[in-house]
Parts: sequence; structure tokens; C-alpha cells
Amino acid sequence: MIFKLAWRNIWRNRRRTLITMGSILFAVLFASFMESIQKGAWNNMINNVVNYYFGYAQIHQNGYWEEQSIDKAFPLVDSLQHFEQEIPAIGAVLPRLESFGLASTGDQTMGVLIVGIDPAKENEMTSLQERITKGDYLQADEQAVLIADGIAEHLQLGIGDTLVLISQGYHGINAAGKYPIKGFVHFGSPELNKQMVYLPLKEAQWFYGAEGMVTSLALKIDDPDHIRSAVREVKAALPGNEYEVMDWQELLPDLVQAKELDSAGNYIVYFILYLIIAFGIFGTILMMTKEREYEFGILVAIGMRRLRLAGIVWLEVVILGLLGAVAGILASIPVVLYFHQNPIRFSGEYAKSMEKFGFEPIFPAEFNVEIFAVQAIVVVLITSVLALYAIWKLQRLKPVEAMRD
Amino acid sequence: MSVIKTQGVEKVYNPNKIPVHALNGVDLEIKAGEFTAIVGPSGSGKTTLLNIIGGLDHPTQGQIEVGGVDITRLSDNKLIDFRKNKIGFVFQAYNLIPVLTARENVEFVMLLQNRSKAEREARTEELMKAVGLEGKMDKRPSELSGGQQQRVAVARALAPKPSFILADEPTANLDSTSTTQLLDIMARLNREEHITFVFSTHDQRVIDRARRVITLVDGKIESDEIRPEA
Repeated sequence: MIFKLAWRNIWRNRRRTLITMGSILFAVLFASFMESIQKGAWNNMINNVVNYYFGYAQIHQNGYWEEQSIDKAFPLVDSLQHFEQEIPAIGAVLPRLESFGLASTGDQTMGVLIVGIDPAKENEMTSLQERITKGDYLQADEQAVLIADGIAEHLQLGIGDTLVLISQGYHGINAAGKYPIKGFVHFGSPELNKQMVYLPLKEAQWFYGAEGMVTSLALKIDDPDHIRSAVREVKAALPGNEYEVMDWQELLPDLVQAKELDSAGNYIVYFILYLIIAFGIFGTILMMTKEREYEFGILVAIGMRRLRLAGIVWLEVVILGLLGAVAGILASIPVVLYFHQNPIRFSGEYAKSMEKFGFEPIFPAEFNVEIFAVQAIVVVLITSVLALYAIWKLQRLKPVEAMRD
Repeated sequence: MSVIKTQGVEKVYNPNKIPVHALNGVDLEIKAGEFTAIVGPSGSGKTTLLNIIGGLDHPTQGQIEVGGVDITRLSDNKLIDFRKNKIGFVFQAYNLIPVLTARENVEFVMLLQNRSKAEREARTEELMKAVGLEGKMDKRPSELSGGQQQRVAVARALAPKPSFILADEPTANLDSTSTTQLLDIMARLNREEHITFVFSTHDQRVIDRARRVITLVDGKIESDEIRPEA
């Protein structure tokens, strides 16, 4: 009967209840949508950067990531390539030999990242072949390059044109070569799209003068939940202090920081939003408490303990909050689902300015139950805290005065 | 056997500003089975006395024993439990819970006493029958007349099997037919089941039915008349 009493009390003033629920509904809808878009955009970006190039973890010679120098290349021994058989979480080990250099054609030059890859393995993790927009994919034993279409656009290159690459090789030797362009690839990340040049690994080892060596081994980890355990196992299997094993968050601290900064900005918006909603709910609680003071007096007079009565009022407020939150979640699901399947794509000047800052101008909504659950928890917490006012008021209630009023 | 006993009860409102002496040393003893009316002009202290006897208000001075327990010494929670188990209240404005049906209003106090569902249901039916509202059990207060609501209030007051019923101006808002019906019910319960009733009233129809009439003037008992049974 206590629940029945609370439930019926909620609907005593139907219009007020609906207005309060409506305000919670819109807050939850807005917050869920914003959170989904924000998480979706970041996950998309991380996916672009991590899955399409960096990998969820990498092995280097100790100190390589700090210096990013080809002099920190290390011999690709068999034992390092066996992790994919020895550690179940690791799907593939991708050898790479990379360094920065210059790409030029005619009188135009630009800075690029020249990467030697095992084309088959690279494709297994990064689906590089699927990203070809023009031309063909690389073979392991050929002398040719794949370039990002941002480079092709900048240098005005076509398939079959010759690209001259100049860099500093292993331990200071001159690295220079000219290669026919076999294909163009496109990356979602604008940053990658204007700097990636791929060579077959053997050709890159010749180019850099680093026979049998690599600068990194990217680890393909199929389930992101297993990154930590995989890194731990690899670290345990590697000898001494010769190597460093880094997960993507260590590899890309700027990306992690930018994501955290963006999230912090959004939390401020959520805080303001929920503060406004909290005032609305508090107004309802104030009215509810005031107009029922007489009735509370009666209930205490006939023998209801204040704490029990406070429990009913608390239950009413929390049910009200939950109803609003559930309605908000139900309203959010189709909206978020729609933008999950039909991402927001920016174009024109706005898209260009986003690309300038390294962001892909696509905002797919993340469809994650956790996002909705968090909104419901926030609303329940807010209502629970606000209901303390009613409890405080009831503790001070004097039945005679309440009934006189 | 006395159910209520007060000694030197005083009540002063606003003691530190402009003191209002509502009760000025009330000594009173009410025995089990009495049908008592406390009468007097407005401001004579009737409601204050009833509130103090019912443990709803504290006296400034004096002692109140209800069923042998000095209720002035009870903590807030113990006093609430005492009211729940020992005292039935009937208020002037019916004071039913608007969102509960008549049946649920009567059951509610027994729920607070943690009585079993079967016991609650049986007692509710018995009481609703006693007040002549067995056909209105599932009506909400807003669907009942004033007289019917007050009869439900009487049933609710009786539900916890209290030592006595305190009724503050129970007929003030009722027409004469409803007043007669309510008084008949209360008189029958008093006569047949020996339930003690204490009213505050200035309704002559209630005063005429009372077997003891205590008159309060300026917070003091001016007269205490015991009438022979009719």
C-alpha cells in the first residue's frame, strides 16, 4: 500500500507531474544525444587513427617513441613475430620501418612519413587495400609506392607518376629513391591523409639502409578490452630492458588529452543542464511539500513515524525522476539509433576547418546502453538529493501547526 | 478505571513574547466507557486540551496520564507509536487521505501497526459495516458526502482498537441528518462496545447526547456535569 500511496500521490496533480517529467525527458534526451555524438565522434577518430594505422599497441626498441629516430631500429628476429601464436589476444604482428622524409615531384616538395610494410599483414589489420581509391595494392617484392590521396592532391600526382623520396637512413646514411606510384589510399583522419607513403618492407629496408630491421611492431588486438592484458603478456615475454611496449593511449597522449578536455567541456554543459532541471524538480518538491503539509500533519497525528512518511515522499520524488528518465531514454533510443546509422556529415567551410585541426568531419552517434544508464543514475541521484529537503521538512513538522494551517 | 488523567495542565503560547494562556491548570479524569463532551466558547481551550490529551501538543506545565502512562515523558517516536496504538482521532475536516479509498483509509492505520493482511481486511469490513458504509468501501473521499467521510474517519479511528477516541468538533461541517447518523453510530459503539469517546464541541445536538459535559472557560474547568443514562 505504501507504493500504491506514493504512486497515486504522484498523479494527484497530473499536469504538474507531466511538466516535471517532460523537463527531465528533454534533459535526458539532450544529454544522451550529446554524449552519444561526442563519444561516437571520438571513437570514430580513435578508430581512424588507431585501427587504421597505429594499432592498439606497439613494440619498439627502448627509447624509440621518445626520439622517433630510425637509428633506434632493431633486428626483426623470429621470436618477436611469434606473439600472434603465443598470445591469444594478439591477432597479428605487423613489422614496420618508418621515418620522416621528403617527397617531391618536379619543383614541389612536401614532408611525409615513409613507411615500410608487409602488405599482406598490414592489410589484415588496417584493411589498407580497401582504402585504395585509385590504382592497385602493393606486392611484397615490388619497387613501388602507395601514397595517401592528400599527397597526390597536393603534389598533383597521378597513378604511374614517379615520386622521389629523400630521407636520412640508418646511422646517417643518405636515403634516396624514386618510385612509381601504384595506388592512392584515403584515410578518415586528415592528419594521416596528408603524410602517408607506403613501401614494401624489403624495399624500405634497402631505402633506409637497414637490412633485416624494423622500427616498430604494431600489434593487432581484436578485442579492445584485452589491450592491457596483451601488453602485460608481451612485456613479460620480452627480455630485459631492450624493448618498450606501449598501448595506444601511451602512443597518442595528445589524442587522449584532447578527448578528456572535450569531455570536461561537455560535463560543464551537462552540469548547467541538470542544474536547471534540478531547480524545476525542486520547485515541484517545494509545492508538493507545502500543499500537503496539512495531510502530513494528519498522518503523523494518527501514528505514522516521520521517517516512514519521509520514505514515502522520497519514493514519490524518485519515482517521478525515474519516470522522466525512462521516458527520456525511450525518446533518446530512436534518435541516437538514427544518428548511429546515419552519421552527421559536415561539409563546406566547417568541414575544412575541422580537417585543419585534424578531425574527420563525421559525427556518428555511439549507441551504448551505458550512456542511457548514466543519465538515469544522474536523475535518480539528483532527485534523491533534492528529496532530502522534504525529509528535512518532515522532521521539523509539528502536527498541530500543520493541521491548523 | 481512568483512561485519561490530567493534573495541573497549563499551556502558554508565545511565552517569551505576548503570552497567551490557553489552559490554566486543568485537572481532569475520564473513565473507561464515558461519552464526554468538552464544551465552551471559542478560545476557551477545548482543542488545546484535546491536542494535549492526544499527545499532539506538549503542555507548558502539568502531567497527563493516558492508560497509566505519563505521555509528557515519551520521546517523539514513542509518542507517535503511542498515538497509533492507543488513541483514535476524529478531526473536524474528516482528514482522510484523498488518494486512498474508504477501505484503504481504514486499513492504513492497521498497516502502520504491521497487522496481517487478513486481519486488516476482516477488521475493515467489520468497521465499515458498523458505520453503515459497507457499500462504499471502494469509493475515494471525493466521491463521498461530508457525513459519509466523517463515518469513514470514525471507522479509521476505531481500526487500531484504541483505548479511547478523541473527536475535535466532529459535527461542525455536517448537516443535521449526517450529524444524527454519526451520533447514533458513536453512541451505539459506546453503549455496545464500551468505547470511550471524548468530544470537543459547541454543537448542542452533540451536547444533548453526551453523558458527561465538561465546560471550559478561559482555560479552566468551570463545570463538570454527569448526566444519568437515558
